[in-house]
Amino acid sequence: MLRTWRQRITITDIFVWAIGLSIAGVVIWGSISTLLQGQYPGKVWLDLSIKGLALGGVYALIAMGYTMVYGILKMINFAHSEVFMSGPFTAVFVAQALSKSGFLNRQPVISLAIISLVSMGVPTLIAILLERICYRPLRNAPRLVPLITAIGASFFLLYVFRGLYGSGSFGYPAITSLEQSWAFAGIQIYKTQVAVIVGAVVMMLVLFGMVQWTKIGKAMRAVSEDKEAAELMGINVDRIIVFTFGVGGASAGAAGVLYTLLFPVVNFYMGFFPGIKAFTAAVLGGIGNVPGAFLGAIILGLLESVGPNLFLTGLGVPSPSQLKDAIAFIVLVLILIFRPTGILGERISRDKA
Amino acid sequence: MFKRLSLVISAIAVLGMILTACGPAASTYTCTDKIGCVKIGPTDPIHIAYLLVVAGPNAALGIDSRNGVEIAIDDAGNKILNHTVKFDGEDGGCSADGGQAAGTKLAADPTIIAVIGTSCSSEARAAEPLLSAAGFVTISSSNTAIDLTLAGNANQYPGYFRTAHNDKVQGAAAADFVFNFLKITKAATIHDGSLYADQLQQNFAENFKKFGGTITLQTSVTVGQTDMSSVLASVASGSPELIYFPIFLPEGAFLIDQAKTTPGLENTKLMGADGLYSPDVMNTAGAAVEGFMVSSPLVQGAAYDAFVAKYVAKFGTQPVNIFHAHAYDAFNIVKAAIEKVAVQQADGTLYIPRQALRDAMYATKDFQGLTGVLACSPTGDCANPIIGVYEYHSGVYPPTLIWPTQYIKPTATP
Amino acid sequence: MKSKSSYWVKTLQNGLIGGGISLLLGLVGMALAFGKTYIISGVITMGQIFILSPFLFEAYLSVRRAPSKEPRSLFLVGGLSGLVGGALLAAFVLIGEVVNFRAVLVNASPNLFALLTFNLSLVPGILVLLGVSLVTGLIAAGVFLLPERIRAALSQAVMVVVLLGLFRDLIVTVMLRWGVVQYAFLWMFAASGLKIIGALVIFVLISGLVYWSKGRDRKAIALKRSPRQQRVTRWSTLGVLGLLVLLLPVILGSYFSEILDNVGIYILMGLGLNIVVGFAGLLDLGYVAFYAIGAYTLGILTTSEAVGLLHISFWLATPVALVVAVAFGVILGLPILKMRGDYLAIVTLGFGEIIRIVVLSDWLKPILGGSEGIQLIGKPVIGPLVLANQQQLYYLILIGIILAGFISIRLKDSHLGRSWMALREDEDVAEAMGINKVVTKLLAFAMGALFSGLGGALFATKIGSVYPQSFSFIVSINILSLIIIGGMGSIPGVFVGGLALVGLPLLLSQFADFRYLIYGAVLVIMMLMKPEGLAPEARRRLELHEDAVGPGPGEKPQSVIKNPER
Repeated sequence: MLRTWRQRITITDIFVWAIGLSIAGVVIWGSISTLLQGQYPGKVWLDLSIKGLALGGVYALIAMGYTMVYGILKMINFAHSEVFMSGPFTAVFVAQALSKSGFLNRQPVISLAIISLVSMGVPTLIAILLERICYRPLRNAPRLVPLITAIGASFFLLYVFRGLYGSGSFGYPAITSLEQSWAFAGIQIYKTQVAVIVGAVVMMLVLFGMVQWTKIGKAMRAVSEDKEAAELMGINVDRIIVFTFGVGGASAGAAGVLYTLLFPVVNFYMGFFPGIKAFTAAVLGGIGNVPGAFLGAIILGLLESVGPNLFLTGLGVPSPSQLKDAIAFIVLVLILIFRPTGILGERISRDKA
Repeated sequence: MFKRLSLVISAIAVLGMILTACGPAASTYTCTDKIGCVKIGPTDPIHIAYLLVVAGPNAALGIDSRNGVEIAIDDAGNKILNHTVKFDGEDGGCSADGGQAAGTKLAADPTIIAVIGTSCSSEARAAEPLLSAAGFVTISSSNTAIDLTLAGNANQYPGYFRTAHNDKVQGAAAADFVFNFLKITKAATIHDGSLYADQLQQNFAENFKKFGGTITLQTSVTVGQTDMSSVLASVASGSPELIYFPIFLPEGAFLIDQAKTTPGLENTKLMGADGLYSPDVMNTAGAAVEGFMVSSPLVQGAAYDAFVAKYVAKFGTQPVNIFHAHAYDAFNIVKAAIEKVAVQQADGTLYIPRQALRDAMYATKDFQGLTGVLACSPTGDCANPIIGVYEYHSGVYPPTLIWPTQYIKPTATP
Repeated sequence: MKSKSSYWVKTLQNGLIGGGISLLLGLVGMALAFGKTYIISGVITMGQIFILSPFLFEAYLSVRRAPSKEPRSLFLVGGLSGLVGGALLAAFVLIGEVVNFRAVLVNASPNLFALLTFNLSLVPGILVLLGVSLVTGLIAAGVFLLPERIRAALSQAVMVVVLLGLFRDLIVTVMLRWGVVQYAFLWMFAASGLKIIGALVIFVLISGLVYWSKGRDRKAIALKRSPRQQRVTRWSTLGVLGLLVLLLPVILGSYFSEILDNVGIYILMGLGLNIVVGFAGLLDLGYVAFYAIGAYTLGILTTSEAVGLLHISFWLATPVALVVAVAFGVILGLPILKMRGDYLAIVTLGFGEIIRIVVLSDWLKPILGGSEGIQLIGKPVIGPLVLANQQQLYYLILIGIILAGFISIRLKDSHLGRSWMALREDEDVAEAMGINKVVTKLLAFAMGALFSGLGGALFATKIGSVYPQSFSFIVSINILSLIIIGGMGSIPGVFVGGLALVGLPLLLSQFADFRYLIYGAVLVIMMLMKPEGLAPEARRRLELHEDAVGPGPGEKPQSVIKNPER
């Protein structure tokens, strides 16, 4: 027993663990000294956490698209960030028209439904077209080939939308009834934040339930396990894959609606950074796993809003929030060092990936 | 393949020899210019190029400038001295490597007389050595880095001009306004990692401290960032009375929007710079825009309004930032200088001596532009150094001028 | 094509797709942007070609798949397909009369409508539009009916004319360098595009040549030669090519040298990434990190600015930059030894981003310059000669590529190269066969970092200043795309990919705003048509096409891969 242990642990392992532990040490030391400095009162941390949760909720919904497509095709759909952008960037014109006619504030619920419909419809359509044109012909090609088509499609979509709507930024009109806030423990909690967090949780539960308990979800899992066997069992693989892309697109659209509640400015480039973050979140949680993506996204959201000030202020680093993405990625590396398949990653994916 | 190609080439060559046997007549003009002349045949166009960022994430900046030039060309009836204007160019990508690639390409084209550009100062630093050596006149509508027109600096090249103001001017003016007019003594600054914003906030901070104010924090966001909560929290911990963030959209709009919901910043005044002088600010920041201030060159009046109307008619959108006006002026300064120095022959042939053109540009004085009455310094600073501060009101565009007070008139034509 | 009726539906569909593509090209602004770029001066602009070519293409597709090859029905099919496309545009114009599209779609300007209606008023304009699209469809059918040899001749001639017209400025700029020789060519160009006579001459020349060369049986001629002759031909071709490579900067001038330099730096990095991804199968999305490290190390060491460290010469600083890059390669390699597939991809991506963010940060600004970057970076000096401009640097980059290429070729079939490939195919089996996974993987990362660091050092000295913005994620993506387009694991593929993905976009800079749009479309189309890459490795080609010679365009590639996951 002892012998096998000694055999298993190599010098590189020790080295890697040392790196990991020292980073963790710096993080903890930084946090403690920040808290000891007392520059920020407790309510600031609470406020940041709530904002981080809301941000994480948006990431989570985008991450659903990545993780579901990955689960079924084992490919990274790089164009997903543009699928995400297409929804809110189109729906902004609907929202502005509704606002101009005054309908938006008269009937906020119906208006929001219309906006959501557009915001979810366009990405769904694009995701399905994407699958049909760019990925289906390559289903049996080496795995890096669809990655490149995805990158190509991403560029194409990005600049098509810029060509169509222009390169400016457009603002979503505010919905007055959502602008209120509640006072709670010394901070303001805004209705939009609550709407985003609740919306994300509900969407996650719906998706998880669908994958876990419905017939089509079972078929999706079957296809992800083994396409040929699924086909032999009478599952229409093409249809399942199209459905998966559609659901991924729709959830990206839903993410778009929530995103614009928090960040009411859209432009053609808006998909890129959330896309990368969501992808990171999906990997952090264990790619291919719906609750994992959710968990990863929440962690990432919190890291981004709380992390820079908490970890770096105490270390005396100027402009800590500039480094927030670096922190997120370092924590990602840290987690993957100790859990190489993500937080909730299945052991199976180890043999598969 | 090689054989076929060489055959084609030689066949064309032979044909060409025959056709050009009756070559062009000898000209009567001899060029005495130090760095050469451009000859423009009777039917040839006058070639003016752009080196702006028209693709990629910063595209809005360059496209806006290019649109400004296109309107200037339309206003000129597409003609300078009876020659049509050929206006094309290169994307500089708002990066040093993009600027160098584009600069090399433009420098290789001897028909170019002037280059409108660059968009970003990093592009200029890589492209200007090439463009200057090629003998062109370069005039930028949005470079603000100080070194580009600083006498004796390695990055200051002959033939480089700009209609954009120098960061020094705007930083000092903004600090003056905040300290002396608003009577605010505690301010924080935020930049976005771009050369422009970083230098401007640095200048603001230095001047503000010179006046006797305190800078509570100089911090930064990143381009593409949407969630500003952490940066605003750290700004709030120093409880400044004003935050100066000379950045762009959409990050600027997110800051305006989210500052209102950050504990401790509810009543802090917000101020940006010309990157945020745009109708998009009003459209994107919503109600939160009320009271937001920007420092920007004085651009208003009937001529400017007419320009904006043409812009909307031609391009279908409101201008996305202020540099279209600078680009419009840049083109017109070049046009005026060409008209001054060009030598016209009886048959319509035009000679433009390059050094003389530069000299004429340096001698620009009392030039009535959209951005004011312009004059060029010996190092190429042509901007009108009067900076105004404007205040946004929800749903109203353009924002109202609040400083300097002597310019506030019902008809404030600069 | 099960039945005739379903075929007609297909034709209508093709026509609509054609109209849709052409509408899209109009609405994203491409047609208008090229509305004044004449291909043949005064006759046809590139904008009109953008509007009409989708009709031609889709009508040709319909005709090619038509069940009956009788001329009359082919013309009917072609005409119908074109007409349907035209009808779609006409419908757009008509609706545009009532609805203001421009409130949302910025490019639906009066100019676009004018372009679509050929500057005529509404009714005659629409009639002409329908007529032109009908004629385009008929032409497609006519082209299909021509014998193969004539068709090839005509289409290639048209292609050459369009390219010459489109790249008129570029070509003229190069020719202006050639002294007297320029007059031999300049006559065929107008101020924009080709002159009519020039276009005609080129068209006749090219079509004649293609027609003539298609008639000859190349193989038969080649077989007639003796082995000795063949050897002489091969060596002399190589010699001419080598000489050409050496003379390129002199012939083509500074702008093309700039393109070649950029292509060269990317090829250099492509060779490195090819080892990491192509040989060892480690998907690295953060390759730009080493590029940045190489560039910044060189920058800090050689700059004459105050932020610099030692102010040493390029030749002394480069080895340091390489050592630093390799060291980072190994340090990054360690924590990710155990990760596989996409976990590896995201961590490397993260590493690339971390480097860029840290370099940009205010935190390290005193050392790395922050947003100010590092300027006034030293140029390589050999005795009295300063390698300052692109033409001179070309040779330095060429030496770098030759070195990297040589190392790659030697490594590929070495023990180490085989170990990498074994790891790529199956990590567990490779380990069982006694391959030291740790050392092998780390060596792959180190080699990759070495070439990338060299690329970065050359980049820094070429530009003379480095800014954090130059090291974005897009660079990693470009290099990865380059080696996959070329053919994974294939060394010639890196060169082909570099020319195609870095060279072409730079040439396409005329398309300024639409460069990335075209780039994206080309990436997709290339991968759909040639998933194995443009110059694939022989073994991989066999793997992909055991039974099929090659997939035709538009058909599903009949790939047979036993194990697509690895």
